[in-house]
Amino acid sequence: MAFEIVVVGTSYGGLAALQVVLPALAPDFGLPIVVVQHRGKDTDNLCEFLQRHCALPLAEPNDKEAIAPGRVYLAPRDYHLLVERDGFALSTEAPVGYARPSVNVLFESAADVYQGHVVGVILTGANADGARGLAKIKAYGGLCVVEDPAGAESRGMPQAAIAATKVDAILPLREIAPFLNQLCQHEPGSSYAS
Amino acid sequence: MTSAALQSDQTQLEDIEIALLLEGLYRVYGFDFRDYSPASIKRRILERMRAEKIATVSAYQDCVLHDDACMERLLVGLSVHVTSMFRDPSFYLTFRQKVVPILRTYPTVRIWHAGCSTGEEVYSMAILLQEEGLYRKCVIYATDISREVLRKAREGIFPLAAMQEYTGNYMKAGGKHEFSDYYTAHYDNVIFHPALKTNVVFSEHNLVTDGSFNEFHVILCRNVMIYFNKALQERVHNLIYDSLSMFGVFGLGNKESLKFTPRADFYDKLDSRDKLYRKVR
Repeated sequence: MAFEIVVVGTSYGGLAALQVVLPALAPDFGLPIVVVQHRGKDTDNLCEFLQRHCALPLAEPNDKEAIAPGRVYLAPRDYHLLVERDGFALSTEAPVGYARPSVNVLFESAADVYQGHVVGVILTGANADGARGLAKIKAYGGLCVVEDPAGAESRGMPQAAIAATKVDAILPLREIAPFLNQLCQHEPGSSYAS
Repeated sequence: MTSAALQSDQTQLEDIEIALLLEGLYRVYGFDFRDYSPASIKRRILERMRAEKIATVSAYQDCVLHDDACMERLLVGLSVHVTSMFRDPSFYLTFRQKVVPILRTYPTVRIWHAGCSTGEEVYSMAILLQEEGLYRKCVIYATDISREVLRKAREGIFPLAAMQEYTGNYMKAGGKHEFSDYYTAHYDNVIFHPALKTNVVFSEHNLVTDGSFNEFHVILCRNVMIYFNKALQERVHNLIYDSLSMFGVFGLGNKESLKFTPRADFYDKLDSRDKLYRKVR
C-alpha cells in the first residue's frame, strides 16, 4: 500500500511533542503532513514557532490551497481543516467535541478521500478527539500510529485511540518520526501492511 | 472482498446518493448546493441523518423531498456557520483604521454583509460604526440563504456565556466603551439593543442562484465561500465585483484569498494580513 498523506492529531502536550517529531522528519520527506493541534483563539504565532523546529516548509493553508508533498500544514485556529481531492477546505461548522480545529474532522475527511492511503498519527492529549477518526482510517485500510501512552505527556488521546481501533504501531514519541521516514521510503506500490 | 474494500465501495455509493439528493433539493425546492465543497457538505448531511435517525442517504432523500419541515431542517444544517462577535478582532481593528476614514468621505454608505448567518458579525459592525459616528448614514444589508438563521439574527439574542469571549474580542478590536453597554442580560441570554439594528435590513439572498441587488460601498463575505467549490467561488467573486462601487471595500475571511480568482487583478490590498481589498478597476 503506497501512502499519500500523513495526518497528525494532538492536544495537551502537543507543542512539546511536535518539537520532537517535526525536527526528526527527513528533509526529503515525500508526503504531505497535516497537523491538528488543539489551540485557543489567541494562538496566531503558532505557525512561526513550529517552523523554527521543522526543516520542511510549514504553513497554515488557505482555503482550497493544493496539498503538496514534503510540506507540513497546520490547521488554523478557529477553523476545521478538511482535505478534499484537489486541496484543503476550511469550515466554521460548530466545534466537534469542544474542538475547532477537530482531529476527528480532519481524519474522517482524509479517510474519505484517500481511503487506504492515509497514515494517521495520534500524539499526546487530554481528551478523546481523534479516536473516531483513527478508527475510520483503519476501517478504510489506512495505517494507524499512536504515541505510547506510558510516556505521553497526557495519555487520554492515545488511550482513547488504542481503545477505538486496532492500531498498527504504538511507539515512544522519539520513534515516531523515524517510523514515518521509513514508510515514506517505500516505493509506490510496495506493500507495508496487509 | 476485504472490509476496507467494502468501506470504499460504500463511500462511492454514498457520494452518488449525495449528488442525487442535492440534485433533488435543487429541482424541487430551488436550493442549489451542487457546487458546494464536498467534504463539509457530506459531513453535514451525514450529521443531519444521524439526528433524524435515518440510515441511508437514499432514505433521507425520500424524507427531504416529501416533507418541507425535514427539508427546512436540512437547510439550517447546511447554512449555519458558528461565528462570534468581532471574530478575528484584528480584522475589525484594521477596518476602523483603514476603512472608516474612507467611509467618512461618503454622504451615505451601503454595506452588504453576505452570508450573515446568525448575525454576530452584523451586530459587531453596527457597534463599530456607531462608535465611529457613522452608523446613522449607513445601511447594512445582511443576507443569508436560510430564513431560520435570519430569524435568529433579527432577534439579536445570544448566550450570556459567550459574552466574556466577545468582550475580549471587542476590546482587541479597538472598542471604545464598555461592551456590556450594548446588551441587556436576561437569565442565560443577552439581547442586543434594538437601536443597533435600526439601519440593518435582514433579507434572504442566495449567493448561488440570485444576482446583484444594489451597488455597495462595502461588501463583507467572510468564511462563506469556503463552503463553495472553485467554480462557484468564481461566480460569487464576479457577483461581488459587479455589486461593488468603484473604490468600494471588500472583506474576506482570514484564510481566504483573492489570489487565483478571476477578479484578483481588480483590487488593491488595503491590508496584507487582514483580508481587506479595494476595488480599483
